[in-house]
Amino acid sequence: MSNKKYWQNFGELNDSDAFKKAAKDEFKEDLLPLEDLDDGLLNAKTPRRDFLKYLGFSTAAATIAASCEMPVRKAVPYLHKPDDLIPGVANYYASTYVNEGDITPVIVKQRDGRPIKIEGNEASVITNGGTSAQVQASVLDLYDTTRLRYPMQSDGKDFKEVTSFDAFDKLIATAMTGTGGKPTVLLTSTITSPSTLQIITDFLAKNPTGSRHIQYDAVSYSGMILANQASYGKKALPSYHFENAKVIVSLNADFLGTWLSPVEFAAQYSKTRKIAGEKPTMSRHIQFEGALSLTGSNADDRYIHKPSETGAIALSILSKLGGAVTAPAISDAALNKGIDATVAALKGSMGAGLVVCGSNDVNIQIIVNAINEAIGANGKTINWGVTSNYRQGIDADVVKLVEDMNAGNVGALLVYETNPAYTYYDSKKFIAGLKKVPVTISFNGTMNETTELCKFSIPAHHWLESWGDAEPKAGYICLQQPTINPLFKTRAFETSLLKWSGSTSDYETYFKTYWIGKLATTDNFDKALQEGILQPAAIAVGGATYNNASLADAASKASAVKGGTYEIAIYQKVSIGSGKQANNPWLQETPDPISKVTWDNYAIMCPALAKTILGLDVVGSQYQGDGYEVHPEKPTVKVTVNGKSLELAVLILPGIHPNVIAVALGYGRESTDKSKSIENIGRSATGAGVNAYPFVGFDGTGFSYNATAEIAKTGNTYPLGQTQVHGSSESRPVIYEASLASFVANPERVLEEPNTEREKLIPFGGKEYEKDATIYPQFDRPGIKWGMSIDLSTCTGCSACVVACTAENNVSVVGKTQVMKAHEMHWLRIDRYFTGDMSNPDVVFQPMMCQHCDNAPCENVCPVAATNHSSEGLNQMTYNRCIGTRYCANNCPFKVRRFNWLDFNGSDSFPDNQQPLIGGDLNEVTNQMNDDLTRMVLNPDVTVRSRGVIEKCSFCVQRLQESKLVAKKAEDPSLVRNVKTACMQACPTHAISFGNVNDKESDVYKIRFVDQKHRNFYVLEQLHVLPNVSYLAKIKNSDRHVTNEKEEVSEGEGKIEGVKKEEKEHA
Amino acid sequence: MSRYRKILQKVFASLLFIALVSFNNNSFAADGEALFKANCASCHKPLEDYTGPKLQGAREREPNPEWAIKWVNNVNTMLETDTYAKGLLAKYGAKMTQFNLKEDEIKSILDYADAYKAPVPTTGGPAGAPAEDNSLLFGILTLVLAVIALILLQVNSSLRKLSDQKDGILRSEPVPFYRNKSYIMMGILVLFCLGGYITINAAIGLGRMKNYQPEQPIYYSHKVHAGTNQISCLYCHGGSQDSKHANIPSVNVCMNCHMAIKEYKGDVIIKEDGQQLNGTAEIQKLYQYAGWNPDAKKYDKPGKPIEWVKIHNLPDHVYFNHSQHVKVGKQQCQTCHGPIQEMPEVYQFAELSMGWCVNCHRESKVNFYNKESGEGNKFYSIYEKFHKDIKEGKMDSVTVEKIGGTECQKCHY
Repeated sequence: MSNKKYWQNFGELNDSDAFKKAAKDEFKEDLLPLEDLDDGLLNAKTPRRDFLKYLGFSTAAATIAASCEMPVRKAVPYLHKPDDLIPGVANYYASTYVNEGDITPVIVKQRDGRPIKIEGNEASVITNGGTSAQVQASVLDLYDTTRLRYPMQSDGKDFKEVTSFDAFDKLIATAMTGTGGKPTVLLTSTITSPSTLQIITDFLAKNPTGSRHIQYDAVSYSGMILANQASYGKKALPSYHFENAKVIVSLNADFLGTWLSPVEFAAQYSKTRKIAGEKPTMSRHIQFEGALSLTGSNADDRYIHKPSETGAIALSILSKLGGAVTAPAISDAALNKGIDATVAALKGSMGAGLVVCGSNDVNIQIIVNAINEAIGANGKTINWGVTSNYRQGIDADVVKLVEDMNAGNVGALLVYETNPAYTYYDSKKFIAGLKKVPVTISFNGTMNETTELCKFSIPAHHWLESWGDAEPKAGYICLQQPTINPLFKTRAFETSLLKWSGSTSDYETYFKTYWIGKLATTDNFDKALQEGILQPAAIAVGGATYNNASLADAASKASAVKGGTYEIAIYQKVSIGSGKQANNPWLQETPDPISKVTWDNYAIMCPALAKTILGLDVVGSQYQGDGYEVHPEKPTVKVTVNGKSLELAVLILPGIHPNVIAVALGYGRESTDKSKSIENIGRSATGAGVNAYPFVGFDGTGFSYNATAEIAKTGNTYPLGQTQVHGSSESRPVIYEASLASFVANPERVLEEPNTEREKLIPFGGKEYEKDATIYPQFDRPGIKWGMSIDLSTCTGCSACVVACTAENNVSVVGKTQVMKAHEMHWLRIDRYFTGDMSNPDVVFQPMMCQHCDNAPCENVCPVAATNHSSEGLNQMTYNRCIGTRYCANNCPFKVRRFNWLDFNGSDSFPDNQQPLIGGDLNEVTNQMNDDLTRMVLNPDVTVRSRGVIEKCSFCVQRLQESKLVAKKAEDPSLVRNVKTACMQACPTHAISFGNVNDKESDVYKIRFVDQKHRNFYVLEQLHVLPNVSYLAKIKNSDRHVTNEKEEVSEGEGKIEGVKKEEKEHA
Repeated sequence: MSRYRKILQKVFASLLFIALVSFNNNSFAADGEALFKANCASCHKPLEDYTGPKLQGAREREPNPEWAIKWVNNVNTMLETDTYAKGLLAKYGAKMTQFNLKEDEIKSILDYADAYKAPVPTTGGPAGAPAEDNSLLFGILTLVLAVIALILLQVNSSLRKLSDQKDGILRSEPVPFYRNKSYIMMGILVLFCLGGYITINAAIGLGRMKNYQPEQPIYYSHKVHAGTNQISCLYCHGGSQDSKHANIPSVNVCMNCHMAIKEYKGDVIIKEDGQQLNGTAEIQKLYQYAGWNPDAKKYDKPGKPIEWVKIHNLPDHVYFNHSQHVKVGKQQCQTCHGPIQEMPEVYQFAELSMGWCVNCHRESKVNFYNKESGEGNKFYSIYEKFHKDIKEGKMDSVTVEKIGGTECQKCHY
């Protein structure tokens, strides 16, 4: 048996009483007080006669209500049907997701004129069709109820609508005469669009001298840009090629989750992590970090340190690689060992190594550049032949602008796609400066913190309504085309600039002329628009000339950094990021991959620090551990950084440095007038977490995301909605792992345990369980048998699939209070398991959805046969038959069935019926999701579930049915191979495969029975539920022991092995 | 003998030849008819001018016999260059839709049109006696028999009474039949069964709308369009080939024909309320919606979509796809919608209940692939087991149910 324990929380680790109780009870609710009825039914509160009365009345009432006149429904066809639209058939358009410099080429699914789903564009060489949670969720932002609906002017208190764009243009023209010749400043997030940049240049040329365009990134990369200027003479970011790296070292860079271009990097990274062939090879990924990030949790080896030590570690690596620098001493022995191992690994693969660093400190980045130079990464894994444009903001420029604003040196400030009143580290100063600027215009699409303070607001389109272009990397163009008419009276930002620079054309015309000019013909333009991308045929990889001059100065400055007793690491969550999409309920409800907390940010600390500060020993004391974990109420601490204090709930997690706490940005969105937060900022963002941007510091050249912190216990508590351990496998072995070396030596060893178990059970169950050992008949799968395979080696836990599933299947958002009651509705969850060393554990992610068992325990307990099996191997859920007994959920070993405890969709109630529930059980966000506007995002092919029924993963049956229909129409069964479930399509690392297992040419068949047969296992196979989802064992490229068995093979296990050998010989 | 045999062989061969030739001819003509109905009938008639010119004798009117073949596939270019084409456009006002038909297909359409004869009107003569409804007869018969049985029972008991009296056996006064417990019990049972049957049927029927025939904003007669004028269903409801929805045509589709057809000249239409319908007035209503000015021959008013009353309503939790049934299942529209070509105003023909759907799925055969002959839909080649069973004679055909057509998640998801 497996001795290595995989655990999701401390209760599971300690096998505590509370954990056992929670695992025993399927639902968290109290049962009906039936024992009160013991003294006879007639004396009960509802005696038999009353019951019969109610029954009679409700039957009669229902009959009368149902037999009342049927409503008259109207069918209204088009007046003139557009040629390219057939009602009921989805159209797909290529476009590009652009958000604060994040760029992802996508395909937009549009149904009857409404965009309802975003898919990755597989033609792009940058992303290979991958997406992120934010990209997947952005379609909901289009239907955000807080979007601004018309241009407005502020009278100092309230905004008044300006009736037309012409009137607005006149107002601006008049206002601009009052700037007194002072410069106009355009403050935007990073803009990569070549046409927009041209328009901005033309616009600024018509404005007073000193007018400028400042790009401001909420989370800055200016340290890297300046370091590259010092080292390579290029004020830019290079392209990274993780796919060419054999050794990847990351210093605090969360490149799979949030750093720079995670979708691209995840796609590249996964190429080096795929196990294929006889002697598979993998990259080696080493992570140094303070807190446990998504990337760190995927690393082969991970070392923890204080954020202030990043420079020292970089210097130490550089000096050991032979660099002419002296590194300050590092006291931590484990860390030193890690540095030595890293240096050895880097030396072993010169020219195929890559070191990335997440610090915004220019000196540290200069040292990292020197390391990359020393290992020959320049021109190999770091490509200066193609620069990246993802982030371009220089922090000092922004700080200078705020100074200028306060000094009254700015005539007009035009704000677009950025929200400094919320994200700026010293927002008070920014707000004070903003008030001194005579003309302030916001182009933001929503009423955010900055827009509220501007004098004019002319909302720009959402990206799904826009024409546009983006250039994520030099020479790689992504095009945007509108997929819906603008929902509101909005105008493109570029059109406004064009009008105000005296041009009469709008951006659409400008954009078309611009690109037809570049592409020579209209046909070329149409083709480019259809594909959504213009990319060079081959990737040009080139180096840049390295300049050593700045290194010595940087080294001395980096060595001089002093840390504190406690330090804070400020990070971004994979879902919320910088906070721009904070009002997106899908993102808010997506559990953070590591902490599994929804709807909030918090201070993460390790058990040892919690013991010191809170006196709470979650590991040592079972009582205290259960007390902490069972209740959503968590103790809070007061964190003080740079004289600013915040009260934060404490989340105790292993894997973070004992003297470090980590706090996420992007939360605590709030209107200036707090009573207007819900109206202006939104129902989802309001009340979610606290704003950690004030903790960001400025060191003279750049913003810093770590600092010395003071932490004090408060005695208060704050509830957190955490989704683990809502579905627990009760410590049964569900994960198998091996190190690369042991896997190459003996591929069969990784699954030895389940295979041995299976053989041991053959005498009791027979070889073919379904045939030999059940009382049920054996069912045929004559045509198709659907199956899914998930590679645990390449799943990074990024949660794009979770949001994609939510979008595709109309999964309800339940809100924080319901999450706390374990009522979340996600069909697909990603289980996070810790294992190994408590202070620095290994992490395994396991996507878990309905396993569509062929011998499903849920099916035979349903009293009304609402869940049953199809001839294609699907476990079918029929909502209109379900009566809500929840026996199935109780009997599901994977805990993937979800019950609609409340009417989350307003689907079976009159509008007024749902309202009184808000505030009690239902969350405000239910109102947001049930708005007529928000409902436009629903997938019309999937039923919206009502209260009282169970739901679960359907393998995206609507997509399967569609693909079969396409294949039948074309009379070609091979077309079924093209089907992709929503989770599979969204995955940036292609960890999920899906197809017809009966088809020997399908990917799933090949993975299970040919290519990856040594790694293929089924979760909880020993229960003989015969799942249709298989997993591939995780392989780690580490020298440490990562298999499921303990390092020393005990005698008992040796014996089992011996027995097995004998059996084999016998056979 | 051998001579006779030779003659016989010759006769047989020539007969075979004639048969083959005539069969071929038939198939050509049939093709022409089918192609005409599918592509042309919505705008052309063989014998009279319609939206476009009559097709009979088209090749004689046109500049040369090959002109039509060029024209059908190159409408857009020829309108710019060809003078005869320009003349057609000027005369009929509407541009013809460009097709992509093969030369022999066009020829067969024109052959069909040339050979077309107006159908002999079937006035007078027996139009086939209406099918006799025997249920009333049976009912009366049952009632008479029941009364006879009752009388016989009464007679029986009277006779027994008489014989008892004769034999001197003393019996208590017989209970009258309305107080007889067996009769009462029988009556209650019959009433219970009858009542239960009616209640359950009524309950099942709740919310079902068979024969629903609402009044529509325009009195649109399918009988006139699909019946008399033989317009293919798919011309207007093209969505049924591609989409889950058959789709009511948009107003511009109506105007394709009605730009030219301004008045109704067909048979008298009597509405459901017994009044005579003014067909021309209904066409005027369409012009109102379209914003079309028939005199000036242009759209001079803003149009508005027509709000038809939806007749066939499925519950929201049912997924139904028209193209699946029409394109893959090769079902006729009439299978579910009834004799639509005979309906003046459409009513719901079928029950549209789950039992009705499932029943059809149990009975309908799929176009299963035959590995030997290569016939059928090749998609079904993956059903190895069924191929084997058919070969071994275990089954003769594959129904929709066999490939999973009655499983929950084929329609509910």
